[in-house]
Amino acid sequence: MAKVLMKGNEAIAEAAITAGCRFFFGYPITPQNQIPEYMSKRLPELGGTFVQAESEVAAINMVYGAAGAGARVMTSSSSPGISLKQEGISYIACAELPCLIVNMVRSGPGLGGILPSQGDYFQAVKGGGHGDYKLITLAPSSVQEAVDLVMLGFDLADQYRNPVMVLGDGMIGQMMEPAEFSVYKKRSLPPKDWAATGWKDKSKPPALINSLFIEPEEMSAQTARMQKKYAEIEKNETLVEEYMTEDAEYIIAAYGTTSRVAKSAAQMARKEGLKVGLIRPITLWPYPSETFAKAAQRVKGILTVEMNTGQMVEDVRLAVAGRVPVAFYGTVGGFVPGQKEIIKHIRAMKEGK
Amino acid sequence: MAGFKKTSMLTDAPMHYCPGCTHGIAHRLVAEAIEELGMQDKAVGVVPVGCAVFAYNYFNCDIYQAAHGRAPAVATGAKRVHPENLVFTYQGDGDLASIGTAEIVHAAARGENITAIFINNAIYGMTGGQMAPTTLVGQVTTTSPYGRNRDTQGAPVRMSEMLAQLEGAYYIERVSLHDTANVLKAKKAVKKAFQYQMEGKGFTMVELLSTCPSNWGMSPLDSVSWLKENMISY
Repeated sequence: MAKVLMKGNEAIAEAAITAGCRFFFGYPITPQNQIPEYMSKRLPELGGTFVQAESEVAAINMVYGAAGAGARVMTSSSSPGISLKQEGISYIACAELPCLIVNMVRSGPGLGGILPSQGDYFQAVKGGGHGDYKLITLAPSSVQEAVDLVMLGFDLADQYRNPVMVLGDGMIGQMMEPAEFSVYKKRSLPPKDWAATGWKDKSKPPALINSLFIEPEEMSAQTARMQKKYAEIEKNETLVEEYMTEDAEYIIAAYGTTSRVAKSAAQMARKEGLKVGLIRPITLWPYPSETFAKAAQRVKGILTVEMNTGQMVEDVRLAVAGRVPVAFYGTVGGFVPGQKEIIKHIRAMKEGK
Repeated sequence: MAGFKKTSMLTDAPMHYCPGCTHGIAHRLVAEAIEELGMQDKAVGVVPVGCAVFAYNYFNCDIYQAAHGRAPAVATGAKRVHPENLVFTYQGDGDLASIGTAEIVHAAARGENITAIFINNAIYGMTGGQMAPTTLVGQVTTTSPYGRNRDTQGAPVRMSEMLAQLEGAYYIERVSLHDTANVLKAKKAVKKAFQYQMEGKGFTMVELLSTCPSNWGMSPLDSVSWLKENMISY
């Protein structure tokens, strides 16, 4: 298939279909409405199911039901809607069900605004719902990467029986770029023999999709099982892009839309004689802490750039453990950081301000 | 009773329900109806938060344990993936008539082809006897210690009547578990609801008026009398 020019949201929906997703449960919220709209048109053509739920709460619980039945299933929303889904996400994580959740982040808190933001970083990677769990979080910086990460996301979900979030923002969802869909190579995945499909095989007990472990020993064992899985994901699935970092004296840390500006800023800075590189986490959890730890041994400083008041910067600081100064530059309200501002902040670091 | 034997749809696990509680009867009715319809291999239950939270230990079929009130949404997902299965929710009045009203109303509105088994005992059992949306006016609970006050706490919600207004609801029936004749009627209603689901008729619900001797502070016998005298007339 040749490349097609598509809006990010529609490309995400088509990528899900290409990856074999035939069940979608959602609720309208700006700026992600093109995803459910696209699914409501395409899924019936393919014999799939689209349900517009009565709320985000219901939508994520329909996902719980369909995932427990063994289907490839997804939902999408934007920040306030994702807050409503947190109860369900926690249950899905504990019941160890695979599913894909797309968050096209808008500015907040509260009802906030509908313009791009990265204000949901903490919610996504630190556990937005209750209890000890991790959400695999993928952060695309282009329409093509959104397509690739949606496909990868379904595989990761199935492989590890864990919810996966694609964390975009209004910009990724609304911009148009060429995308290629014939690139999906499905991983070899374990059979879903745990699914509740009706008790046919009497040689094993009936299926139980459950997140209740009332005995302390059982809850403790389940938590340990999940943590072991998380350690494996951290070891095997961390993704990061390094750009011009080899000889860099200063590093910009940025993901998603912000990383695009950061990349241009790095190029511009080099023209001005500043040796600047970029570390772009693609998986926000698992976090590429080692890449930052290694960079800290050779660079003079790291500037974290985000569309929030400073969230990922905490993970950068944890990773470098005080070995180099870590500064922060952020914009909020839907404003996107500018290249010149980024360079100004790097110069300020250099001059020790 | 000649030839009586326990349904294979229930496990041998000892139930945790209090003495005199009608959950045991309700479980058996559901289990027997599934067995008699030959649907054991296709039955998928979705159990709630509340006293029936451990129901997965008792039903001998595939089960989901759902978040509080969300069973109809979970059942929607399960049924849409496997329409050939018999998908039922088993929910109490706190779960279905309070925190889960949006989910049950819209499952019915969509004509979702599932069956809700609604246990109404007019109180929150698992959490220790608090007021439910179905608590009767004047009824004393731990959060209505002066009796439910119509002026400040409203009158009980009639879920069956509410849902029956919706076009997607094909069959809604209220039955009671206070004596043998009514238990037999209840069994028929449950079976009928399951049959309609398998015929693809749409949303079905059976409300089972039930007792909670522990939290009502009555003996099992007084409880059935109280149910008969107070709950049926409402």
